[in-house]
Order: sequence, then structure tokens, then C-alpha cells
Amino acid sequence: MTAPLNLPAVRKRGAAGASARTGGSGRKKLFSKITWNAIGVVVFVLAVFPVFWMASTAFKPNDEIFSSTPKPLPADPTLEHFDVIVNGSVAEVSFWKYFGNSALLALGTVLVSGLLALLAATAVARFRFRFRTTFLVMLLIVQMVPLEALVIPLFLDLKQLNMLNSMWGLLVVYIGFAVPFAIWMLRGFVAAVPRELEEAAAIDGAGPVRTFFRVMLPLVAPGLVATSIFSFITAWNEFIFAFTFLDDQDKYTLPIMLQFFFGRSGNSWGPIMAASTLLTIPVIIFFLIVQRRMVTGLTAGAVKG
Amino acid sequence: MLDTAPAVRKPPGRRTAGRPRPRRRPRFGPYLLIAPTVVVIAVLMFWPMIQIGIMSFQKVGTRQLRGEPAESVGLENFKDILGDPFFWTTFKHTVLFAVVAVSLTMVIGTLVGLLLNKLGKRMSNLVAGGVMVAWATPPITAAIIFTWLFGTTGGLVNWTLDLLPDFLVGGDWLGYNWFAKPLPTYTVLTICVVWQACPFVAVSVLAGLKSVPSELYEAARVDGSGPWRTFWSITYPMLKPIFLVVLVMSIIWDFKVFTQLFIMAGMANRDAFNLSLYAYSEAFGSMNPKLGDGSAIALVLTLILLIVTALYVRVMVRQGETR
Repeated sequence: MTAPLNLPAVRKRGAAGASARTGGSGRKKLFSKITWNAIGVVVFVLAVFPVFWMASTAFKPNDEIFSSTPKPLPADPTLEHFDVIVNGSVAEVSFWKYFGNSALLALGTVLVSGLLALLAATAVARFRFRFRTTFLVMLLIVQMVPLEALVIPLFLDLKQLNMLNSMWGLLVVYIGFAVPFAIWMLRGFVAAVPRELEEAAAIDGAGPVRTFFRVMLPLVAPGLVATSIFSFITAWNEFIFAFTFLDDQDKYTLPIMLQFFFGRSGNSWGPIMAASTLLTIPVIIFFLIVQRRMVTGLTAGAVKG
Repeated sequence: MLDTAPAVRKPPGRRTAGRPRPRRRPRFGPYLLIAPTVVVIAVLMFWPMIQIGIMSFQKVGTRQLRGEPAESVGLENFKDILGDPFFWTTFKHTVLFAVVAVSLTMVIGTLVGLLLNKLGKRMSNLVAGGVMVAWATPPITAAIIFTWLFGTTGGLVNWTLDLLPDFLVGGDWLGYNWFAKPLPTYTVLTICVVWQACPFVAVSVLAGLKSVPSELYEAARVDGSGPWRTFWSITYPMLKPIFLVVLVMSIIWDFKVFTQLFIMAGMANRDAFNLSLYAYSEAFGSMNPKLGDGSAIALVLTLILLIVTALYVRVMVRQGETR
């Protein structure tokens, strides 16, 4: 398995090796460069392999999945498992229903938490007010709260409000989970918008609303996209709360469907992997778009040089 | 009329008055802007946390779920919980898992971060993108993939182990069930969680390394300092703030790991419970729900994590993050 993987490392020699700093012991340097690149390739493969194996399995016919000699790529690729997931009825409800439920919840979370976060981030980045630090510390604390523990009281609260087994109840909970980190991420973007621009707009006679839409919003847009993707992933991936709160099958989200499918028929790995692939790939794509913001959001200024 | 003194005294806490900062609507503006968030957080986070505290001193079961008022039972829930050796088993699982997983995450993540810094730009981006894939994978799919990789029929890991020479790993791997006993289950869980958590450490370390002035490393090289020494006398002190934040977050994540264990062990496999899963199963796992007991366990977990969170908040405040 390692033999073909060395290829990129060797190919690299020409491109990167030549441009390396000149100096003595060029041979030794080249050797160490190849070694490091080889290690890099190994790390890359280890990181990607489980996801690759999932996707690969999703395209394998059953006899290949349970073959006594597993092959990395499907010899005879098939879409049958995707067909089972998408067109077949998993527990009498269509895949698209689950997909739609997940998407609706995630989009609702994005819209509301984005709005709340934009308001709060503006307050934090633009004003000094009395409880500002308290508010920021509160955001830090709630990001660390074990949500797994909150499932018990929130279950009772929603039950009392008659919002158990309702997408609305779940939506409200997801918004609460997404907002703190969204504010934390967004405040840097708001702070980065030069105040002079706003002042200039104000001098030109633009009211606060106009200034906001014409000056602020376009400049914070990239930040809003990053924050939205984060909130989307939070809601899209969420499992325990949906699993605990939802009773009706037609309200389930994708992770619940996955778990349901996984628990019921542990042996049909093909469809499970197909469903997992459909759940995972959009998340990975979104994530790769905003990963840089995620890191800075999480460690914040710890990186300051 | 001796009480005039307080009225004459100047109201305290007006320090900001002497520091004019022109803002639009400085009075209520910011408060209006944060108000919705404060309400949301208060209702969805703080109130439930208080409720956990209250409920852990109450009997909350089927009757209470039907609407009867909960009765206070004093410390009984805690007596039940703390007196039960099973609680301590789950406690042990939680702590041991966190120690092992956090250590592995920190060490491997740091090594990968150093590697990313050493590689050329394109290769570094490629590898960073690859590890990001691991981070981005939803916990539930990650758990399912690893269950499949370590599965009994068609599992790649057992197949590979079986191919390896017997004197290395022993034989008879093909039918081995990783999820029958706690230790192997936690081994798989650890691999799964570490695989997902390392990228965050690696990328944070990389970001930190980029901010370290290269003169420091050149000076170290001139002085003939080896990689080990260079790491501990330059990299580590420079990156300490990052390490602290990353360490605290890993501890918190690993202490409360739920979804992955839920998928791998399930609620039926009590032997492998950790605190989160135990609390959940007490509350929702049977026909006889014990939400009071569940809350008591959840409270223990929350208190542990609040202590760690306090450390995190302190680091962030010191770094000026809340300024």
C-alpha cells in the first residue's frame, strides 16, 4: 500500500527540491526533504483514509464489501446502495424527507443565529459598555457547557411547552448552541471594518440603516458566510437532541436516520456507507471553505505574534 | 437624619466618564444589540444548568413526566449515585479515556503541526487539507466508519491484523469483536476521537509556528541545538498560550464525548458507559426514567468541566481576548 504513495513525494523533488536554499550537503538535504514529504504523504493518507474507505464502500457491491480480501477501490462500482437510500423507503419515509428536515433546521439555525450574532458582534466590536467583558466571558463559558448534560432539563422544558417532537423546539435549541461561537467568530470581522467608512457614510447623510446595508454588510459578508457555515454544520451534525426530542419518523433528521438504519440492520453496510457519504461530503466541502476562520475563532488571539 | 452621607457621596464606578469615546447611541444601543442573545443563552443554557442543580435533589420520574410536581429528596440521588460502584466505573472510564485521548491528541497533533511547518508550501497545504477532512467529518459518521473498519465481518482492521505475522499480533483476528468488552471498545473510540481531534491541534500549532520569528531558530541552529532542545527552549515557550487553549478544549471535548460512544457501545452495553452516556441512560434509557439521578450524574460532569472552563476563561482573559 505504501509503494505507489511515494510517487508524489518523489515527484516533488524537482519542484520544491530545486528551489530549496543553496548550501553544502545538497544530497543530504534532498534526502531529508524526500523523507519529510514521505511522512507528509503517510499523514495525509491516515487522515483521509477512513473517509475514503466510507465512500469507496458505498460504491461496492455487497459481495465486494464482505469479501475475504478487501480492495481499496470497488472493482465493479455500483450505485445500488445510493439507490436504496435515496429511492427505497427507509422505514416508510423517503430520504429526501430526512434530508429536507436536516436542511430546514440547519438553514433556520443559520438565519436566526447569524442575525443574533451580527447584532451582538456589532455591540461587542463597536461599543464599550458596562457588561461587555461579562458578556464575552459568558460566551466563553457557554461554549464549554456540556450540552450532553443539558439534554435532560431541556427535554422537560420543551415537554412543558408542548414543543417536544417538534422541529420548532429543536430549532430553538440549535440556535442557542450556535450563537455563542458565531458571535466569537464574527466580532473580529466587524472590528476589522474601518470605522471611518461608517463615519463617512454618516457625514454623507446616510442613516444608520442605510449605512449598515451599504457599508457594513458588504464588508462583513465573508465573515457572515464563515459563521453561517459553522452554524450550518452544528445543526446538520447534531445527534443527541434530535434523537431524544423527536418521536415521529417523518420529523427525523439525517443523523437520526443514519443511526436508525445502523441500529436496525447492522449488516447492510453498503446503504449505511452510502447514507454516511451523503451526510458527510457536504459538511467536508463546507468545512474546507471556512477552516481558517474556524481555527482563529477557536484559539482566538493565542496565535498573535 | 444621619443618613445623608450616602446621598452626598459620589456614585462609584464612573471611571469611564473621563474617557470620552464618541459612539452613536451609546446608552442603550449595545444592550439592545446583545439583548436577544442574552435571552437565548439564559433560557437555553443557564436556566437548564440551574435546573440540573435543582433536579439532582429531586425525584423526577414517570409521574413527574405526567405533570405531578417533583418532590425533594435531599441528597438521596447523590447517595444512590456515589454509593454505586457502577458510577465509579463510568467515572474511571471518563477520566482514563480523557487522559489517554488528550495526551495522544496533543502529542500527535503537535508532531503533525511541526511537520506541516517543515514541509514545502504545496505539500503542507495538501496535508493540512487532508487532516481537515478528518476534523470535518461529523462525529456520527466518524463513529460509524470506525465501527465498520473494526467490524467483525468485512472489517478492514481485523483483516489486516490477521495478515500480519502471528508472533507480532497474535492470531485469529478475523472473528474478533472489538465492541464486546470495554477496553477494546475504548481503544477504537480513542483512535476515532484522536483522529478527529489532532487536526485542530496541528493547525493551531502551525498557525503559532508561523508567528515565531525565524531568527530564533537560526540562532538555535548556530548554537548547535538539536530538534528536541529547540522544541523545548523555543517552540514550547513561544506557543505556550496556544498549547494551553488547545489542551483545555481537548480536555473538555474528551470528557463529555457522547455521540461516538453511543454509536459504538449503544445504550444496551452498560459495561462501556462513560459519565455522559450513564447520565443519558438513567434519564432516557429505560421504561422507568430517572431524570433526578441522571441530573445528579450530569451535575458531577458539569462541575468537573466548569473547573476546566475556568482555566480556559482565565487564559483567554489574560491573553486580552475579552478586551
